[in-house]
Amino acid sequence: MAAAQPSGGAGAAQASASSARNFLAYRWQLISLPIAGLVLVPLLVIFSGWLNPETETWRHLAETVLGELIVNTLVLLLGVGAGVLMLGVGLAWLTSMCRFPGRRFFDWALMLPLALPAYVLAFVFIGLFDFSGPVQGTLREWFGPRGYWFPEVRSTGGVILVMVLVLYPYVYMLARTAFLTQGRGTLDAARMLGLGPWGAFFRVALPMARPAIAAGTALALMETLADFGTVAVFNYDTFTTAIYKAWFGLFNLQAAAQLASLLLLFVAMTLLLERRARGRSRYAEGSRGGQPHRIHLTGWHAGLATGAATLVFSAAFLLPMLQLLAWAWDIVRAELDARYLDLLLNTLMLGISAAFVTVTGALLLAFARRYQRDALTGAAVNIATLGYALPGSVLAVGIMLTLTGVDNFLQSVARGFGFDASGPVLTGTIAALLLAYLVRFLAVAFGPIDSTLGRIRDSLPEAARILGATPREVLTRVFLPLLSPGILTAILLVTVDVMKEMPATLLLRPFGWDTLAVRIYELTSEGEWERAALPAITLVMAGLLPVLLLVIRSARSANVAGRAERT
Amino acid sequence: MTNLLTIDNIRAGYNGHSVIDNFSLEIQEGELTCLLGPSGCGKTTVLRAIAGFEPLLGGEIRLNGKTISSSRHTLPPDRRGLGMVFQDYALFPHLTVADNISFGLHRRSRREQQRIADDMLELAGLEGLGDRYPHELSGGQQQRVAVARALAPEPQLLLLDEPFSNLDVELRERLALDVRDILKERGIAAVFVTHDQHEAFVMGERVAVMQQGNVQQIDSPFNLYHEPTSRFVADFIGQGRFIDGTMVGAGTVDTVFGELTGNLTYNYPVGCEVDVLLRPDDVMISDGGEYNVVVSDRAFKGAETMYTVRLATGEEILSLMPSHIDLQVGEETGLTLSADHLILFPKEGTRT
Amino acid sequence: MTKISAWPLLIMAAILCIPASQAADDIVVYSARKEHLIKPLFDAYTEKTGVNITYITDKAGPLLARIKAEGANTPADMLMTVDAGNLWQAANEDILASVDSPVLDKHIPAHLRDPDNRWFGLSIRARTIVYSTERVKDGELVSYEGLADPSWKGRLCLRTSKKVYNQSLVAMMIARLGEEKTEQIVRGWVDNLATPPFSNDTKAMQAVAAGQCDATIVNTYYYGRLLRKEPDTKLAIFWPNQSGNGVHVNISGAGVTKHARHSEAAIKLLEWLSSTEAQNMYASLNMEYPVNTAVAADPYVAGWGDFVSDTTNLGKAGELQARAVMLMDRAGYK
Repeated sequence: MAAAQPSGGAGAAQASASSARNFLAYRWQLISLPIAGLVLVPLLVIFSGWLNPETETWRHLAETVLGELIVNTLVLLLGVGAGVLMLGVGLAWLTSMCRFPGRRFFDWALMLPLALPAYVLAFVFIGLFDFSGPVQGTLREWFGPRGYWFPEVRSTGGVILVMVLVLYPYVYMLARTAFLTQGRGTLDAARMLGLGPWGAFFRVALPMARPAIAAGTALALMETLADFGTVAVFNYDTFTTAIYKAWFGLFNLQAAAQLASLLLLFVAMTLLLERRARGRSRYAEGSRGGQPHRIHLTGWHAGLATGAATLVFSAAFLLPMLQLLAWAWDIVRAELDARYLDLLLNTLMLGISAAFVTVTGALLLAFARRYQRDALTGAAVNIATLGYALPGSVLAVGIMLTLTGVDNFLQSVARGFGFDASGPVLTGTIAALLLAYLVRFLAVAFGPIDSTLGRIRDSLPEAARILGATPREVLTRVFLPLLSPGILTAILLVTVDVMKEMPATLLLRPFGWDTLAVRIYELTSEGEWERAALPAITLVMAGLLPVLLLVIRSARSANVAGRAERT
Repeated sequence: MTNLLTIDNIRAGYNGHSVIDNFSLEIQEGELTCLLGPSGCGKTTVLRAIAGFEPLLGGEIRLNGKTISSSRHTLPPDRRGLGMVFQDYALFPHLTVADNISFGLHRRSRREQQRIADDMLELAGLEGLGDRYPHELSGGQQQRVAVARALAPEPQLLLLDEPFSNLDVELRERLALDVRDILKERGIAAVFVTHDQHEAFVMGERVAVMQQGNVQQIDSPFNLYHEPTSRFVADFIGQGRFIDGTMVGAGTVDTVFGELTGNLTYNYPVGCEVDVLLRPDDVMISDGGEYNVVVSDRAFKGAETMYTVRLATGEEILSLMPSHIDLQVGEETGLTLSADHLILFPKEGTRT
Repeated sequence: MTKISAWPLLIMAAILCIPASQAADDIVVYSARKEHLIKPLFDAYTEKTGVNITYITDKAGPLLARIKAEGANTPADMLMTVDAGNLWQAANEDILASVDSPVLDKHIPAHLRDPDNRWFGLSIRARTIVYSTERVKDGELVSYEGLADPSWKGRLCLRTSKKVYNQSLVAMMIARLGEEKTEQIVRGWVDNLATPPFSNDTKAMQAVAAGQCDATIVNTYYYGRLLRKEPDTKLAIFWPNQSGNGVHVNISGAGVTKHARHSEAAIKLLEWLSSTEAQNMYASLNMEYPVNTAVAADPYVAGWGDFVSDTTNLGKAGELQARAVMLMDRAGYK
């Protein structure tokens, strides 16, 4: 009996190690390493800032603001982290596991804030609620200048609130997918074992959804770290502020790169710790899937659920949209012209092609990590998902420096062969932009895809193989259908994120080629927020398209399941 | 009968660690073979090697005389024409029962797929459930779908990996019999893996008992029980206790019960200390028995009761008696031996 | 797997690698001044001369980094910014060419262009004090320095120190008063703040109008825009330091890049932008003041009154910007 091994640990490793060699017999390094390389090179360019340590700038920052900035950043991370977890998981639980008035609507409507750029919400929020805004103005009219109390809007609490409202959809969407695909078998089993609905939630559903929730939270926190626009509107100084201060204020791009690389190291370490903590545990799909039995909320429970969803939806989407509409109303006739169609088409084209490229890259990485369990692939995947944590402008410059480096090389080669090599080859092409988006948003696509892939048991592709399916058929007939919720979420997130993206788009777009985000930048950077309302609304509308796609699709699959259940 | 599958001296493992070593097995057409052993003994690795999921470090596997696995080459699983039933059934959750069953038939015409799927549903007793999704079925029904799906492409050889371990005991036995009948009726050979000897005895015509990557004994269930060739098999299969003995002749041993002689001969020298295996069914309790014993434990099993009785020497042996013989713990009684097969192993320091 | 995904990718990459559309003889401008403020001018120029202008807009920092990285291969002929500091830094990084043009020398006052002629101001942006006509009494306002006086305790609003306009303002104060005196003043401002600094000028003015504070420092065109939207607002412009060095001004401006392919054409464009013909449009598009003294300001803008402006060369704004930023950090001005 000495040979007896626990079947979980060694056995599982054995099973996956062998499928590594047999299912999809490819050399995954050939795929994962180049993708990681695409991300790594710009990051290395940024790290190369350390070749010239900027002691003076460092000393100045350390002596004056750095300590406060780090504290501010950590407070912001904690606040946003706690907030997106509560809102994201709580709302996902309500809409996917419970039944209450308005559930069907909120199920998809709660994703909408994603389409709204964070700094727009920040601006609207401050515009409405700050001292000079209409709300406090009305209060002053009623109660006199000192006759009322109102929380400080431009404060730590305010910035956390706004970021939570904008970023919770990452957690919401991933957790929602996880809850819906978790199946009722496991939950029923938990209920049978005497757990109440809350017990089942905390002891079973939550732990099972942990990879998805962790991925969503990681995305939200990385975006928080990288954010500059929102904190700038609040004038809330974070570590990113120091990066921009070094670059734009002190004219020291080197020091900015050094600060950015520290930020990157911090994120890399945190992600590593999280992944290690999660360890090797696999969260295979419960063998009995299906739509969960929704908990029927009644009475004040139902009221509370509807109220909470309404509050979040109003604050995060309805209110800012109404404000934007009010602003746009005054200018729509003067400003809306044929150019907007171009802007819209450019924006959609970029968003969709970038989603295709990025999601493909993320799929390849996720497969590589599943079927090539070596340290090299693991490292490649970890590196490839770091791009999201860098402030956009810094990453954009890293990519720009890489591209111009290649361009300069190509041009000197061309000249060596006697060609007239005028103008850049890569910089300023759509391909370069797509590359930049791939680098920046791989993490966004990787999260939902990897957490869905992790729930597919090895035996499914194996069963398909033994039933005569070629590796390619296993992909098309088993993996892609099973991955489709994750893939759709990834497409939605990337499309919307790309459409909102500014720094890389600004720096790398072709001449005379604008998008809605560029238009918003041009107007807001001149302080013309009211005029920016028009492109902002158009952007939200464009962002609604992929959301609707997802809604229609999940409605259809719910119908299929529902019909099947009745037979 | 011809050899359908030949496993020739194979070695397999991962990370430089062999899980199975020098493993050989031959399987005839239509034959049901069971790999039985404790978890971690390598039985699943053998099955996965046959399926083509596990590459070989040495040796080879031949199907119908054609090499399908060797250390240099592994024919992909999809080109082996085998069927397999997985421990977790591995039903595709996005496909209906009928689509699951016809998954392996997609190169055939729609009509044929439909026909075979209908046949299979009927065979598996799942009529009318073709439009359901796997999660809408009970565990037993899911298991039947898994078998039906594996059989639909009409494989020559079916591999089953702990196919009944997720089911409750009663269902397990009934399904095992059903599957055996289907396989026999269609003349399909099968290799199946289990750690449960009852399952092995129900399904397996031949059972290979494995330990640490090696075959200990391949035999019929009857022989494994009554004539184990190693102490491991004797221990692993069935219940029983060893008592001390001393060789007095080629087939005769002196024990606390006097001299016993079985139908087997042993070459141990006279005077050699041996352990003598007594199965519970070799030991009869009766008031008029030749030897006096005390009941030290009892386990009621319905039709039968398993008694543990203490001998004068302090040794304990087991006895399986019809349950109408009702003795209480501490009661004194007599005992008779009726062992045809006398199983002896040279003395060992410790005993389990 | 590879077969499925790689091919569309390759095909798409091939399609998308078509080089950026830009004719060989177009002038290429990298501009931190926004499209809606430059496009009308470029269109007018194209109509007049037939010369096409292609451009890309972004913040000055990334544009500067890009020109530097592209080196001798840069397609950029001209860099436009909205402040003097970044032009100084571009010259400092050696990506701008020295332009010898009597026309530019004549049109643009010396303090609004580089002493070495590597950059030129094209419009003046005055940064002045805007106050509440209800709560600020005559004689209370004198100068930027005066806002540090304890009598202004709890009455001042400011925009963030991270905006280049404030960095330039403080840099020019350092040039004039020295670092120690300037730091005292900035500390005085911070002490007098009624509320944490705002992210933009308009918000700061709205706070003054709403009664949160009594005065702030803004660029005049933001005041102009606010006034157009809310004509009844009880705010007015005060021109500080009139008996001393004058109102702090910044510029939006441009320079020709060192490796410009169309250097001649770019200089011609620059000369035209400083001409009487273009200056009117250039400045009034954003309610700024023209640099060309022969051109009068837009009547609406001129209505805010004449003022004496600081004539220290704006190169100082760039030269001392880093020190200004550090000073404000020390003083706790966020």
